[in-house]
Amino acid sequence: MSKILIISENDNIAFELLTAGKMLADGDATLVAAVVLGGGAENRANAYLSRGAAKVITAGAGKEMMETFDAETYATAVAQIAGKERATMILTGCTRRGKELAGRLAQKLGAACINDVKAIECEGGEAVYSRNALGGATVCRQAVSSPVAVVSIMPSTFAQASEVPPVGETMVVDLELKPARVRLVECQSKNTDSVDIAEAKTLVCVGMGLGGPEKLSVVEELARVLGGEVACTKPVATDQKWLSEARMVGLSGKQCKPQLSLCMGLSGQVQFAVGIRDSKTIVAINTDENATIFQYADYGIVGDLNVITEKLIAQLK
Amino acid sequence: MNSIVCVKQTPDLQQVRIRKETREPILENVPLTIGNIDKNALEEAVRLKEKQEGKVTLVSVGGEDLEETIKEGLAMGADDAVLVVDPQLDGAESAVVAEMLAKAIRKIGDYDMILLGEGSSDNYSGQIGPRLAELLDLPQVTFVRSLSVEGNLLRATRNMDDCLEVVEVELPAVVTVLSEINEARIPAVTQILKAGRKPKEVLSLSDLGVSAASLGKQVRTLSNKAPLQERKQIMFKEDADAAVAKLVLALKADGAVGGY
Repeated sequence: MSKILIISENDNIAFELLTAGKMLADGDATLVAAVVLGGGAENRANAYLSRGAAKVITAGAGKEMMETFDAETYATAVAQIAGKERATMILTGCTRRGKELAGRLAQKLGAACINDVKAIECEGGEAVYSRNALGGATVCRQAVSSPVAVVSIMPSTFAQASEVPPVGETMVVDLELKPARVRLVECQSKNTDSVDIAEAKTLVCVGMGLGGPEKLSVVEELARVLGGEVACTKPVATDQKWLSEARMVGLSGKQCKPQLSLCMGLSGQVQFAVGIRDSKTIVAINTDENATIFQYADYGIVGDLNVITEKLIAQLK
Repeated sequence: MNSIVCVKQTPDLQQVRIRKETREPILENVPLTIGNIDKNALEEAVRLKEKQEGKVTLVSVGGEDLEETIKEGLAMGADDAVLVVDPQLDGAESAVVAEMLAKAIRKIGDYDMILLGEGSSDNYSGQIGPRLAELLDLPQVTFVRSLSVEGNLLRATRNMDDCLEVVEVELPAVVTVLSEINEARIPAVTQILKAGRKPKEVLSLSDLGVSAASLGKQVRTLSNKAPLQERKQIMFKEDADAAVAKLVLALKADGAVGGY
């Protein structure tokens, strides 16, 4: 049976990976080991044990080199641990750090790498991974033929492993590492828009049809009335900066599965739609009756989003 | 300052249709283009060249149409191109593409920086940059939203999930950029005409000492279909007040509003 390592810089995602690992090990949690590197590893290791990890591996010699996340250094460290553990699968979270690690680690291990995994099924004794392809127009299902695989899983794909009385143990592994070649000069935390749109039950998504940031207050009012959150397309966040990137939906933003998505003033390019198409109900509002977004919608109204928004607020109240 | 920019030939995604009966994509006769974020990487390299002396070389791996597709990149300001062409490389998996890129880049030899998009516009898997860095034993700086080069030192701002990271590294290095780094230029007609005359070196697998039979196959794609979309597609065509009223009624009936 394969031996699985899980690693993420984000502990909550790591707890999801514990669930995924256990499933891939056919329910045998003893085959899943968590790798915990970097600051506060000791306390974090205990948290992993209390989530049912059978083994937590932390760094002994070389651990001072793990204080900042350098992808090359982390890949070297995980590759050494994978070698010692004879791991055949390494699971990581599909975050930016997860992805920069996954490719390099796979190359070090001569392994296949599948990123952006949003579902895993076991078919005929092998794991089948689903990920978006063709810019999100399709979902491809892939399996791995190489002896070792590195797989990065999208956040919230699996539930976090629940808390249990810890029975596992921590193992310290000495690592041979060289100093990082990339120097961290400074780290600025982002203007903390701490919203997690992936958790929202209702999303009010706006695109460039909004017209300007001064129109946001009405959209925010609608989101409040609906008990949801405002989300947006990529141009609204990265080009116009009317909303923070935390609210960006789509291939390079968040992929969400709310009960209801209202898509307003956006054309519905597949790179956006991939972020909301798993919603239970989708409503589209656009001035262009030929906009693609209507094809994704249960209900559509041709009209200006600002006009419709005010009417919606009035009727919902 | 010599830059290598790795680009991927992809179908023009705006023109990919889905066959209704099978939900499979129709890729025949879809025009091929260079990936969107790859163009941002190229734009950044061309801007660096315009500020400092040097040249920009495109490197790409793909099937027969690559010579034609690459002209767009040459028109955007690259000086020349090195292409690895073989029918088997059309749609090849990331590990194979990275290996072929590394072999072609070793042949070029003289470079300060290798730039790529953070991911291709079709698969967006983001493996090639880190794999290439490992193959060439170079440092990697991924997800870059702005950069500057002074002498041998690259300073870059990386846009990570929860923070902006400013990093420094001695060149050479592998750099992957985000689309937000710049707006890629659209080449003028005169540039497009000149692009056909810029030098292109076309390498075969055997030029790289690779046999087609030895190409790795680590990932099998079992199916590739559009997800099932079962939407009601009801349009409310009344005037705005009546349409909104009907919408609210429908959402309440579905339990999509109220109730939580």
